[in-house]
Amino acid sequence: MSATLTKSAPTPGAGGGTPGRGAAVRGALGGALRSREIAVAVVLLVVVAVATVRNDSFLLSADGWRDLLLTPSILLLLAAGQMMVIVTRSVDLSVGSTMALTAYLTGRLFIDVPGIPIIVVVLAGVALGAVLGLVNGVLVAYGQVPALVITLGTMYVYRGIMLTWAGSDRINAGDMPSGFLALGTKQVLTIPLLTIVAVAVVAVVGYYLHTARSGRELYAIGSDPDAAKLYGLKVPTRVLTAFVLCGALAGLAGVVHAARYGTVSSGVGNGIELQAVGAAVIGGVAIFGGSGTVWGAAIGAVLLVTINRALPILGIPDFWQRAVVGALILGAVVLDRVLALRQSRKYDEEREG
Amino acid sequence: MSASTPTKTPLTKRPAGGGDGTARTYASYARPAWQRLLLTRETAIIALLVVVLVWANVNVPNFDGPLTVYYLFLDLMPILLIALPMTLIIITGEIDLSVASTVALTSAFTGVLFTDAGFSFPVAALAAIAIGAVCGAFNGFLVGYVGLPSLAVTIGTLALYRGIAVGLLGTEAKTGFPDEWADRVTDRIGETSYPQGLVVFLVLAVVFALLLHFSSFGRGVFEIGLNDEAARFSGVDVARTKLVLFMLAGAVSGLAGVYYTLRFDLSRGDSATGMELQVIAAVLLGGVSIFGGRGALHGVIAGVLLIGVIASAMRLEGQTQNVTNIVTGVLLIASVIIPRLLSWASGRLPRRTRGDT
Repeated sequence: MSATLTKSAPTPGAGGGTPGRGAAVRGALGGALRSREIAVAVVLLVVVAVATVRNDSFLLSADGWRDLLLTPSILLLLAAGQMMVIVTRSVDLSVGSTMALTAYLTGRLFIDVPGIPIIVVVLAGVALGAVLGLVNGVLVAYGQVPALVITLGTMYVYRGIMLTWAGSDRINAGDMPSGFLALGTKQVLTIPLLTIVAVAVVAVVGYYLHTARSGRELYAIGSDPDAAKLYGLKVPTRVLTAFVLCGALAGLAGVVHAARYGTVSSGVGNGIELQAVGAAVIGGVAIFGGSGTVWGAAIGAVLLVTINRALPILGIPDFWQRAVVGALILGAVVLDRVLALRQSRKYDEEREG
Repeated sequence: MSASTPTKTPLTKRPAGGGDGTARTYASYARPAWQRLLLTRETAIIALLVVVLVWANVNVPNFDGPLTVYYLFLDLMPILLIALPMTLIIITGEIDLSVASTVALTSAFTGVLFTDAGFSFPVAALAAIAIGAVCGAFNGFLVGYVGLPSLAVTIGTLALYRGIAVGLLGTEAKTGFPDEWADRVTDRIGETSYPQGLVVFLVLAVVFALLLHFSSFGRGVFEIGLNDEAARFSGVDVARTKLVLFMLAGAVSGLAGVYYTLRFDLSRGDSATGMELQVIAAVLLGGVSIFGGRGALHGVIAGVLLIGVIASAMRLEGQTQNVTNIVTGVLLIASVIIPRLLSWASGRLPRRTRGDT
C-alpha cells in the first residue's frame, strides 16, 4: 500500500534484483517491514495486546472496547487533514484553534436557535472550519509566504476570536439536545458512530489522495514545488484545496468534540495541532512533503492516543505519557532517516553494479 | 515548511546576506547609504514600536506609571532571553520548538535539586542550565550531524522534555526558593523601574549581537541560511554550527527556566506551556525570514518589546488577553504579507531606478 511517488518506484527494481524463492520471501517480508503503515500497526497491536494481558478490561469490557475505538476519533480527523497539508510541504498549526471555534459554534447554535436540526449544525461546523482553512490557504498559496508563519498567526487569531466570543461562559451538556449528545455514545454493532465517521473520512481522503488526479498532484507539489509549477500544475489552487479540506476536517473535529464530551471550555484543542503533526510524522509522512499515506497518519494518531491510555495500565505513571510520545516521534524520524540512507546506498550499489 | 517557494524576485532586488541592513547587491548599493540603513524591516519594527509607545503614553491611563515598565520587563524576560538564540537558529533556516519544554524541564530540575537533593541554589541553577545545554545539544546533534529536519525533531523533543518535566514532578509544585536570589532578579535597578534581571539580558544581547553580526561564526550562520551547500564548500562547519546554536538555545532556555522558578517562586512541570510559539512569533515579527539567511537582533528585540508593549497597553485599557492574542496574530501575518504586497506593487510600477543602474 505504498501511495507515495518516491516509494512506489523502487519496488520493481528491488524485486528484479533479488532472484530465487528464499530471497523473494525475504523481499516480501522486508517490504512489509519497510512499509511504515504495517510497522506502526504492529506496534499498535502489541501495545493493545500487552495492555489487555495486564488488565483485560482494556479491550474486553464494553467500556474498554468503546473507549479504545472512540477516543482516537478526533485526532484521526485532524491527522487526516494535517497529512494532506504536510504532503504539499506546508503545515497547519491553526487546527486546534479552528476546532475550538467550531466546537463553540456548535453549542452556540443549539442555544441560540432552539430546535435547529442536528445536520444543519454539523454542516455549519464543517463550513466554518472550511472558511477558516480558506483564509489560511489564500494567505499561504497566494500571499506566497510560509505556512508556518501564517498558521501560527491564525492560531492566535482564531483562538482569540473564540475566547472573545465565548467570554467567560462555557457550553455544558444541558445546553445541547439529547439527540446530539446521543451521537457521541451511539454504537452500531458495538462500534461507536463517531469512530465510523472518522474512519470513513480517512478512507475517503485515502482514496482521493491515491487515485484522484488532484490528489496525486498534492504529492507532486510537495515533492518539488518548482518542478510541479514548471510541469504546469496549478500549485496555488491545489495548496488552497489542501488547506480548505484540512480546515473542514478540523471543523468536523470540533463538532465531534462537542458531541463526545458534551462540554466546550476555553481550552478545547489546546496543543492538539502538534499532536496532529506528530501523528503524521509517526505514520511516516515526510515533514517536507511529497511522501506518506493518510493510513499511516491515521494509525499514528490511533497509536498516540492508545499509548496515552495504555501507559497507566502498563505500570508507567501517566505523568510520563508525553515523554513516551516524544520518544516515539523521535524514533520515527530517526528510523525514516536510516531507511532512506539504506535505500540510497542500495541505489548506489545498483548503479555501480 | 512552506507551501511553495517564494516567487522569483529578480536577483538584483533580493537582499542577500546582510543581516545588519547592508545588502550586497548592485541594486542595493545603488541607493544612498542612509536609505540602505534606514529602509529596512528592522527600522520599520522599531518605528512601529516607538509609535505604539508614544501613543500608549498619551492615550492609555497609567501607562507612564512606574509599574508598567517594571512588569513589562519582568513578564517578557523569558521570551527576550530565548529570542536571542532562536534568532540565530531561524537565520540558519532551522527552528526549535522545544525551548518552552526545556524551560519547564530545567525549572523542574531546579526544584528537585534544591528542595529534594539539598543542593544550594546556585549549584542547582548551574546544573539546570547545564541540563538545558544537554537538551539543546541533543536537538543539535540530531539536526546537525544526523541531518534530520528540525521541525520534526523538536516537535518530538517538545513532547519528550515536557514529558520528563511533568514525569519528574507529577502534580507536585516546589516552592520556597531563597528570597535573596529571587530579589536579585526582581529588585529594581537603583531608583529606576527596570528589574535587575534585565542586566543579564543586556549582557547576553551584546554577546549574541557580537556573535551574529561581528564574527565569522555569525557570517557562517547567515551563509548556512542562504545556502548550506555553498556554506559547506566555503569552509563553514555546518553541522558544528547547528550543534552550537541548539546548545546555546538549550542553555539560555535553562537560564530562563531558573528565572521562571525564581520569579514565581514555583517549579512545576507544566510551566511556560505554549511559550515556544510566542518566542517564534516575536522573532518572525522582528524581521527574521523563516527561510533563513536574513534577520537582525535589534529587530527581534524590538519585535519582542512590541508584543509586550501592545499586551500591557491593552491590559491597562481593560482589554482581555484574547484581544491581545488576536492583535499579535494579525501583526505576525501582516509582517510577512505586507512586504510581499509591497514588492508586488513595486513590480507593477514603472521601473525608473532599474534603467539607471
